[in-house]
Amino acid sequence: MIQIQNVHKSFGNIQALKGISLEIAEGELFGFIGPDGAGKTTLFRVLVSLLVPDEGKATVMDLDVVNDYKKLRTQLGYMPGRFSLYQDLTVEENLNFFAGIFKTTLKENYELIKPIYQQIEPFKKRRAGALSGGMKQKLALSCALIHKPKVLFLDEPTTGVDAVSRKEFWEMLQSLKKQGITIVVSTPYMEEAALCDRIALIQKGELLDIDKPQNIINRYSHFLYGIKAERMYDLVKILRENTHCNSAYLFGEYVHFSSNTELDMDKLKAELISTGMENVEVISLQANIEDSFMDLMAKTNNQA
Amino acid sequence: MRIFIIKEFLQIFRDKRSLIILFGIPIVQVLLFGFALKNEIQDIPIAILDKSKDVYSQQLINKIISSDYFVLEEDLQEEKAIEEAFRKGKIKQLIIIENDFSEKLEKKNRAVVQLILDASNPNTASMINSYTSAILRDFEHEINPIPTRVPMVIPETQMRYNPELRSVFMFVPGVITIILMLVSAMMTSISIAREKELGTMEVLLVSPVKPIQIIVGKVLPYVLLSFSSAVIILIMAYTAFQMPMVGNLVLLLAESLLFIVMALALGIFISTVANSQQTAMLLSMFALLLPSILLTGFIFPIKNMPEILQYVSQLMPPKWFVIIIKNIMIKGNGIESIWKETLIILGFTVFFIGLSVKKFKTRLE
Repeated sequence: MIQIQNVHKSFGNIQALKGISLEIAEGELFGFIGPDGAGKTTLFRVLVSLLVPDEGKATVMDLDVVNDYKKLRTQLGYMPGRFSLYQDLTVEENLNFFAGIFKTTLKENYELIKPIYQQIEPFKKRRAGALSGGMKQKLALSCALIHKPKVLFLDEPTTGVDAVSRKEFWEMLQSLKKQGITIVVSTPYMEEAALCDRIALIQKGELLDIDKPQNIINRYSHFLYGIKAERMYDLVKILRENTHCNSAYLFGEYVHFSSNTELDMDKLKAELISTGMENVEVISLQANIEDSFMDLMAKTNNQA
Repeated sequence: MRIFIIKEFLQIFRDKRSLIILFGIPIVQVLLFGFALKNEIQDIPIAILDKSKDVYSQQLINKIISSDYFVLEEDLQEEKAIEEAFRKGKIKQLIIIENDFSEKLEKKNRAVVQLILDASNPNTASMINSYTSAILRDFEHEINPIPTRVPMVIPETQMRYNPELRSVFMFVPGVITIILMLVSAMMTSISIAREKELGTMEVLLVSPVKPIQIIVGKVLPYVLLSFSSAVIILIMAYTAFQMPMVGNLVLLLAESLLFIVMALALGIFISTVANSQQTAMLLSMFALLLPSILLTGFIFPIKNMPEILQYVSQLMPPKWFVIIIKNIMIKGNGIESIWKETLIILGFTVFFIGLSVKKFKTRLE
């Protein structure tokens, strides 16, 4: 469905993409996970034919993003990172407009967007600018879907949206996927990664890993512990000085402490208490995507 | 394309700022100019220096003051006070009646009344002058009912601040041109820049819409709106400025339409260069407003300019449109005398449209 071969893209001195290669299969829900500035948006813009790569080649549905861009543009759906609808038009007018520029009508493709559109239909006379974040996003998705694209590119669709709407949004993506639409999505939220079929971890314009989320987690090679105490900030400092420490960072209510060897948790706890820590709690943890990501990031940084 | 035009109209009508620029500004400007150039004068403050203080001079002064046109602001007693009176800036006219006014009228049948006018507003000044002269004629008739060949009361007019007294008709075509140019070009450039700024351009680009469709879709609504704005300006010029309309109205409207399309094409070209609404607005202001005021002969006569600026002024589309309007409205000429100017504007139009279609980026860089 999508082939990306050694794509490079620079803006002045900044190398936004440093040789990205990967393939995305038809019907896949594929996620690009990475922090802000990792190159996700640039890669998306290359794929939707808005940017020409400096080097390398990319095809979407066997259409070259540079040479066949005209044909490609009729067949893909794109939702840019910014809320790019007409704020001064109503929900209905926005939909009619986007249907119009793709030479279709709201009626014709109503079935496809119905599950999403129904939720905002009561507000169809309201201006888009006056919608809540979650509703805006549903409207934007409806607009991107209105011409029945075979592939959908969603650039950070859930950024700035509340937790409930984010959950709903991912459920919508799952149902779209069942209809056979290939979906490529990017997100800075690690926990959303698990909802994708496959993910690519991207950082500083380079891919760290591409696989099913579970496989990436399984490859995590350290022993991971969650540690909690009274003074968390000092705790992180003390743990980083520990001889067994591979990494230690604060994640939610626990410090995630990884070690290359298996540790005796009681012994670790005693050690910490002896340094003056109070109410120490040590538990064993299963790695999540973020742990894997931090680990991969640390490894690439060490190599560099 | 149709859907594009509908959307553009919806957006324009919802954006109060656009509507104000489209209709509010032209109306206010024309009214302001119309007000400044209004041809009825009333209660104009004047000063009088009566050197003779005799029967006829008193009679004349009474006549002037009792007209509704003038109000005696200062009654000067000596010549030294003249400068002071003008410096205060309030009086618009000073009337000096020479020594032995009655005696001269009776014996020589000839006396001089000096009129010194503040001509910083040339139109008011010329108006005041003609009103005063009319009063003098009247006065003459009163004291000597038998008409004489030679006028008895000779007005000696002297203009201060702007002795040339440029014609009122210079202003109107210039104002019309500037308003059309500014409104049309600024509106389109802002509206395209807004799409870029808000990111909707990104979505438009990733759609099968062709650049020419985006451009035409953008321009058409503004053509219609600017055209109605132009009609309003012309109507107001006709009523408020008493601008003559000698020539063919249809020809004038057709030329206006052509000029509007030219200005819109220029606006699109500006927006292909500007990425934000602010840049677009500034560019239109500097690239359009200043040159069209300074280099079109609107304020400063082109003939008096350095040679190089005279060449530059040839490149200003508004200059040609000013010529066209003057020819049609004032001289009543037909297409045969302005076909050259029309062709030049047509050329600019094609040039700017071509340039913007070419410069219009189908991608983000």
